[in-house]
Amino acid sequence: MANKTAANGHGGFPWKHLIGFVLSIVLTLFALWIALGTDLSLTWILIIIFGFAFLQAALQLLMFMHVTENSTSTKLTGRVQVGNILFAAFVAIVIVLGSVWVMTAGHAKHDKHDEPKTENHGEHGGAEKSEEHGSH
Amino acid sequence: MKWDEFFVTGDPLIYGADVSIVLTMVGILFYLTRYKKWKWLWTEWLTTVDHKKLGIMYIVSAVLMLFRGGVDALLMRTQLAVPDAKFLDSQHYNEIFTTHGTIMIIFMAMPFLIGLINVVVPLQIGARDVAYPYLNAVSFWTFFIGAMLFNISFVIGGSPSAGWTSYMPLASNELSPGPGQNYYLWGLQIAGIGTLLTGINFLVTILKMRAPGMTLFRMPMFTWSSLVTMVIIIFAFPILTVALALMSFDRLFGSHFFTLQGEGMDMLWANLFWLWGHPEVYIVILPAFGMFSEIISTFSRKTLFGYKAMIWSMLLIAGYSFLVWVHHFFTMGSGAAVNSVFSITTMAIGIPTGVKIFNWLFTMYRGKIQFTTPMLWSLGFIVNFVVGGVTGVMLAMAAADYQYHNTYFLVSHFHYVLIAGTVFACFAGLIYWYPKMFGYKLNERIGKWVFWLFTIGFNVCFMPQYFLGLDGMPRRVYTYSEESGWGPLNMVSTIGGFMMGIAFLVLVYNMYYSFRFAKRETTGDAWDGRTLEWSTPSAMPPFYNFAKIPEITGLDHFWRQKQAGKVEKLTAKDIKKIHMPSNSGVPFIMGSFFFVLGFGFVFDWIWMAILGGIGVIGTLIYRSFEYDDGYYVSEEEVIETEKISK
Repeated sequence: MANKTAANGHGGFPWKHLIGFVLSIVLTLFALWIALGTDLSLTWILIIIFGFAFLQAALQLLMFMHVTENSTSTKLTGRVQVGNILFAAFVAIVIVLGSVWVMTAGHAKHDKHDEPKTENHGEHGGAEKSEEHGSH
Repeated sequence: MKWDEFFVTGDPLIYGADVSIVLTMVGILFYLTRYKKWKWLWTEWLTTVDHKKLGIMYIVSAVLMLFRGGVDALLMRTQLAVPDAKFLDSQHYNEIFTTHGTIMIIFMAMPFLIGLINVVVPLQIGARDVAYPYLNAVSFWTFFIGAMLFNISFVIGGSPSAGWTSYMPLASNELSPGPGQNYYLWGLQIAGIGTLLTGINFLVTILKMRAPGMTLFRMPMFTWSSLVTMVIIIFAFPILTVALALMSFDRLFGSHFFTLQGEGMDMLWANLFWLWGHPEVYIVILPAFGMFSEIISTFSRKTLFGYKAMIWSMLLIAGYSFLVWVHHFFTMGSGAAVNSVFSITTMAIGIPTGVKIFNWLFTMYRGKIQFTTPMLWSLGFIVNFVVGGVTGVMLAMAAADYQYHNTYFLVSHFHYVLIAGTVFACFAGLIYWYPKMFGYKLNERIGKWVFWLFTIGFNVCFMPQYFLGLDGMPRRVYTYSEESGWGPLNMVSTIGGFMMGIAFLVLVYNMYYSFRFAKRETTGDAWDGRTLEWSTPSAMPPFYNFAKIPEITGLDHFWRQKQAGKVEKLTAKDIKKIHMPSNSGVPFIMGSFFFVLGFGFVFDWIWMAILGGIGVIGTLIYRSFEYDDGYYVSEEEVIETEKISK
């Protein structure tokens, strides 16, 4: 059945997978260290760990997910591959940007209960104040 | 933890359940031992990788879960039948509506559909099994273990009570202490692994294992709907996995993703839940649409009207399904811009669905309609589903939704789409493909009784709830006062609920009756069907499905062969040896380790969870070093099997 065709892993030692695995762990530990072990400002921590996240994603695609493999069999496989990646990008963008938008617009702003706000209202954004935000 | 906290105590209903569970277990053990069925159970079922048997196991589990979820529903309806009832207390009621919702969606609707997909799709595309048969077994066992873990909660440790949506902060440690909510998290997490694997498995199966000549646009509609469903599963379920994991961290390890303290965002849970939850709605409705397409086409004696329009509308739905999630919480107050956008996308997703409704109507137009039970369910679906769809568009208007939100109007709406859509499809599909699975049809006369009892009961139960909702009755209340005036309609609703319960019992009786008395099918073509699953010579296909893989020349290949009088007869020359996958007990054992892992996390017994985790990884490592390439069925054996079955 199809599982026999599962690529180079059966031949030699799966170096690609091992390197990918080790690098993933290193990147994760690094991100953890940046977040917990350094005194960088929140903005910089976010920028750096986001950078790591993108590296991590690229690593997964290259080392494990056969993104570079050419489709030798049919034209269909190539189309499926491209369609797949486009849809994945669409879903990822919807999830991330959509969540940010939904969670920061209107009343939802006040969902971050304990975050100190520098704007005109203090910690627990009261219901009366949030009224005005809903209208725009 | 003391023993009297470990087991749920103090409620006579629970003691009754305890007794019946113990009696059932003893009964099963006695039966297996008395009739020496242990070996049969192990070799034929627990270790099988055959897609048809796994499908049947999915369906049997789903019917059991339908019973459990249905009993929950009737308990709720009993409590709500009259004002100020004392049948259930509020905590017990909360637990019951939580388990009812979770079980019906995750452990009834999904496995029922996945079971039918398992049985039918490989047969429809002319394949001998799925792409990864072993993985298929892992899927089933992780689903089954997840379901069992969730189900034992009501006798051990207590059930979750924060609703099937488990909104934070209600589902947090502070407001839902104890193991109940953890059961939800780990039951769904483990079952979710199985669903995700099924998604990958069937995507690859449909893309890679079609018979020669079956291009994508020659696939039967049910296969198409399964393909689109699998794509949605692959992209939607990871969201649930992550959200569940984050909430588990909050509850077990004191993190602050969704908590009120420590900059947690409670509504982010709702956001992530529905980012998965709305695609999930389409995961349980698209296969239903596929089944109705097959059934309506078969019993109208016509090719499906607008085949390509059907496909494109499904692909559109798959994309749209990721763009509407906020309509579940318009009242969160994200502001006019957000609500308007999601209002519009929600109404837009009704368009492709409407296209499909018209396609079914035009398929029937000038067809020779046969009123078999599967067809009756399909016709019932069209009428009732439209009621659910229209009220859905009403709910889609954000401004109006502020009135409907959290009332029985909404409850009635989603029952009209989920029951008239998914449950009707499950019944229709089960009856339609029953002869493929068991070699005989369910009795049609009793089947029609089931249909009318259920459909009338369904409308009597849920139609009044629209009006209760408009009258202001909120959902998830365990009782209401006499002055509210909601009593009479609630009583009507309860009567309808019990009619549905009776219909279910008649359905089960029909299974028994037909097992005893139904005429056994002599051919593989019980309904004069159109698609490949009906082309096998024997009523139930042999384990390798097709002795010779058919060559496909167009849509409804088998139907056109029959019309032209050119159905292939196999000769001994055609037969070649067949490569099949070996059975394996490892998926079952892995599932058992998952149970240990889940149970450990539920009670915060980390040592036990680690033990289970080691077991899971151990079975994975074992599998990695297992070089089993399957086996060959000899030509003689194939010839013998085909002759016997002819």
